[in-house]
Amino acid sequence: MFGSLFGRFNQGNVFPDSKITASAAIGIVVLIVVVLSLITITRRWKWLWNEWLTTTNHKKIGVMYIIVAIVMLLRGASDAAMVRLQQATSVGVHHGFMSASMFQQVVSAHGTIMIFFAAMGLMFGLINLVLPLQIGTRDVAFPFVNATSFWLFAAGALLINVSLGLGDFSGAGWLAYPPLSELKYSPTTGVDYWIWSLQIAGIGSLMSGINFITTIMKERARGMSLMKMPLFSWSVLGSMLLVAFAFPILTVTLTLLALDRTLGMHFFTAGGGGNAMMYVNLIWAWGHPEVYILVLPAFGIFSEVVSTFSSKRLFGYKSMVWAIMAITVLSYSVWLHHFFTMGASSNVNAVFGIATMLIAIPTGVKIFNWLFTMYRGRIRFASPMIWFMGFVFLFTMGGVAGVLLAVPAIDFQLHNSLFLVAHFHTMIVSGVLFGYFAGLTYWFPKVFGYRLNERLGKYAAYLWIVGFVLAFGPLYILGLMGATRRLDHYSAATGWHVMFIAAGIGGAVIACGIGVQIIQVIYSYLKRDSTRDITGDPWNARSLEWSTASPAPFYNFAALPVVSSRDAFWEMKHAKKRPEIPELEPLHLPKNTPAGLFIATFAFLFGFGMIWHLWWLALIGVLGIIMTVLIRVTSGEHEETISVKQLKEVEASLTNWRDYA
Amino acid sequence: MSEVETAVITKVTRQTEQHEADNKTLFGFWVYLMTDCVLFASLFATFAVLHSNTFGGPTAHSLFSLPYALAETLILLVSSFTCGLMILSAQNKAKRLVLIWLGITFILGAAFLTLEIREFSDFVSRGDSWRRSGFLSSYFTLVATHGLHITMGLLWILTMGYQVLKRGLTRITIRQLTLMSLFWHFLDLIWIFIFSVVYLISGGLNI
Amino acid sequence: MRRKRKILILVAAILIVFGLLSYYLSNNSVPVLSPSGLVATKQKQLMILALALAAIVVLPVYSLTIIIALKYRETNRKAKYDPDWDHSRVLETIWWLVPMAIILVLSVITWKSSHSLNPYKPLASSGKTLNVEVVALDWKWLFIYPQQGVASVNRLEMPVSTPVHFYITSDTVMNSFWIPALAGQIYAMPGMTTQLNLEANKIGTFAGSSANISGEGFAGMTFSAVSAPLYKFNEWLAQAKSSTNSLSVAMYQQLARPSQYNPVAYYKQPVNGLFNAIINRYMMPNQSLASGVQM
Repeated sequence: MFGSLFGRFNQGNVFPDSKITASAAIGIVVLIVVVLSLITITRRWKWLWNEWLTTTNHKKIGVMYIIVAIVMLLRGASDAAMVRLQQATSVGVHHGFMSASMFQQVVSAHGTIMIFFAAMGLMFGLINLVLPLQIGTRDVAFPFVNATSFWLFAAGALLINVSLGLGDFSGAGWLAYPPLSELKYSPTTGVDYWIWSLQIAGIGSLMSGINFITTIMKERARGMSLMKMPLFSWSVLGSMLLVAFAFPILTVTLTLLALDRTLGMHFFTAGGGGNAMMYVNLIWAWGHPEVYILVLPAFGIFSEVVSTFSSKRLFGYKSMVWAIMAITVLSYSVWLHHFFTMGASSNVNAVFGIATMLIAIPTGVKIFNWLFTMYRGRIRFASPMIWFMGFVFLFTMGGVAGVLLAVPAIDFQLHNSLFLVAHFHTMIVSGVLFGYFAGLTYWFPKVFGYRLNERLGKYAAYLWIVGFVLAFGPLYILGLMGATRRLDHYSAATGWHVMFIAAGIGGAVIACGIGVQIIQVIYSYLKRDSTRDITGDPWNARSLEWSTASPAPFYNFAALPVVSSRDAFWEMKHAKKRPEIPELEPLHLPKNTPAGLFIATFAFLFGFGMIWHLWWLALIGVLGIIMTVLIRVTSGEHEETISVKQLKEVEASLTNWRDYA
Repeated sequence: MSEVETAVITKVTRQTEQHEADNKTLFGFWVYLMTDCVLFASLFATFAVLHSNTFGGPTAHSLFSLPYALAETLILLVSSFTCGLMILSAQNKAKRLVLIWLGITFILGAAFLTLEIREFSDFVSRGDSWRRSGFLSSYFTLVATHGLHITMGLLWILTMGYQVLKRGLTRITIRQLTLMSLFWHFLDLIWIFIFSVVYLISGGLNI
Repeated sequence: MRRKRKILILVAAILIVFGLLSYYLSNNSVPVLSPSGLVATKQKQLMILALALAAIVVLPVYSLTIIIALKYRETNRKAKYDPDWDHSRVLETIWWLVPMAIILVLSVITWKSSHSLNPYKPLASSGKTLNVEVVALDWKWLFIYPQQGVASVNRLEMPVSTPVHFYITSDTVMNSFWIPALAGQIYAMPGMTTQLNLEANKIGTFAGSSANISGEGFAGMTFSAVSAPLYKFNEWLAQAKSSTNSLSVAMYQQLARPSQYNPVAYYKQPVNGLFNAIINRYMMPNQSLASGVQM
């Protein structure tokens, strides 16, 4: 009776046996305590609550997304460092510094965290920061939903890190294929941490998807028809459509696995009438679009960056839009290429292989259009452009590897090998991460009002590019030598050791790149007075976000812009006649609310309860969420009004391209 | 510009703003319904894959009673109808009628849910629970997910009743009533699919 | 002058890296690129063909990138600047159509090779085909030779230039059966049979492993695949048959218990129908192995 009160805590093995995990957990706890006491000492609680924790402003939410994502990126990177160290040392008679099961947990955590919490977080952060500004509106369609999405994301991120200190993490790979992820083969809390942290964050992502689709379709500035929308916004539309269609599949898949594990159902079990292949189909029906969810916004960023830094209109805008939409649609038709080796018929494999290769066409078109945007331009090689150059070289190479993998007969030889690992890291690091880094550098002044240090930014990019080649070049070769992924140990006779050491050195170079980036942020902050952006347009850019002050005021635009052409701001800047200054009107902005934070807190409790079989806690979580939502929807006015007088006061304090004060 | 004129203009823009907000919410809700469609589609797909994986347990044919499912279907269909009448009354600003139709819709929804729970407990008491086979897992999950949505719908009806009572038929409550009825019709539609796929096709046409 | 030196250093560095790399690769086995089996050889040829086709797009991209980046850099004021030039029907048509044409060719290749290299398709041969049943266990491979009446753990022996037809399942989680020198991999899944056909055309010992994570002992799930002349293969069969252990149901159950880094072991007289009984256990409740095998 009483026993069920403590759920799985009764079963022992609550705390990690590994010293590394334990010290990581203690480190995190210490860090949290330090941060909390710092806030208390400096009496910042009220400020934190009013300005950040309850905010519904898209720019602040964006900043919080990026902070969480960077913390998670560092966590994922340390997992990667541990993997490289283990594989560089665990050969022959030596068995490395990690046990097999711990190594598998680290590998699984690395993939899960990097995709769901680092990449997705950076993406949603950037979209939040930029999209409303770029389409000329004051906020997203549903600001409260947006805040809730972020807090759910943060709750998921916290939950996955709790696994360091309580219980263990999944060792079943980042997509947790059953039957290995079923209770019979993974009886501990690990897979449950995986399920529930992703489920909570995933529902947040789904809500964001709906939110941004509505924002783009309904909130664009007057005159901005879809075909006048900047490409970043287009890419976000494509990406969010994918979110809306793909994330429900993830929700279902995770739920079914959880039902198998907690209620003894037989969806994916070996025996009992379950079908593990169905899981593999479902997870990739989400998983493949997920890759494009991440990469499309990065393509959008590169489109903005290339055109801005070449001081030239984007080449082939219509082609670019068509390419994005083609990729969006095609990405649903290729999921089977992740498991050609599961014994499907030749016809099925061939069809999916061909569908996969079709995606290379619009992607190739995009690359040529970028190159011809640079052609007859005046290219400034600022650090975003360095990231772009790295992207073009690496991504194209990764694409070639992708074409090889898309031919089923070849894939049989490369699947599950380190060649595959190298391929998707090439796509995601150079395609996604480099794009986001370029975007962060590019839009940083719009958010903080000063630029990042350029010299350090370039060093970081060079280190990343060189480090990447060194770290992943060897993995391509290892794959051809027959090395499979996720090996915690291998025999000396394989001859792989040298290559793994080389990969480790590459990893170290990347780590230096990350170090330089951290220094860059600190240094730029200290020297912020010398790089202040007083024009609101530090890069001589083209789209609407640059037409307001830097940092952008909380209402974005004193008067909403009216658009008549594609490069709206460029047009405004170069118009012969300065447009008239419109009459200012009172604004209606969403009020702050702690409801999102509360919902996420209850979701966290629910998730924790489900993981540890504390059913009472899970129930509290569910009821708490329902109550919070009910109170929120039945309570009155959610907007506040900013009068023209207040507006003029704020405007007077800004230096702006266009003076309203 | 005189102050009166400014006030008039401000009021007009405020109204367009509100109209746009309604429009936006409705659009967002449609997108949400689309995502829910994908969610149910995935569950239908799992049912389609697993419906013959009975692992020696009961088959769909031996388990389901068509008249029972038909009764459930009819109740839900009628509730969709009463929900539609509710919206008509809301547009005519007939507060009492709205409350009455809301009440009837709630009762019908609750009746549907009761029938569903009875069916579930019946199966479980016979030993044919979700643990028995892949087929039963997918059956329970698909139908219960719909049931969970119905539960949420009932909760929503209750809050709407409370809001209409407290605030009357304002722009915001009418907007919420519209969304709620959309949701309810959507659940009805999903049920038609469940009825056809689970009870009719997979259960076999044995009346 | 400085630029010349920079380029020189770069070229030298690249040459050194390639030199070291080719030295390394020539001293180690790269089974995917230097295969010893019929199927793997065809897969390698296909890989090179696809690579060549991809190069038609990649080389222009790389050279264009370098040329454009150098020529249109901001400091080069001599280059033409045309800030509003944003469209060219001819150019865009080219880079829609050329990749399409390449993908069309690749599609044909994909379609044909998917059928000709279908792992389920038995290989044409004048001689007899060897059938081997493969069971993935925690964490080792069991190979049953039903016609020869022997079984082995973590060692696969086969005669050279003879087609081998594998029937593959798992009595645990999902694994993937892979001998890169001979042919591509295929998943091993509980309650299911997958198939793989290959033929070694060289004598030798090749590495095999599980390519899909399967739990704690996963890294140790390696085995040697030995292709030998027929007389050697027969000698090996005789050796296995003289093993003291016969693969009874009880012996199998003992073997199926989780264990790591298993040494090679041989069994005589594997009980009839064991492979199917292992699969059938996942199909219906209360199916014991003992009732499944044909006594």
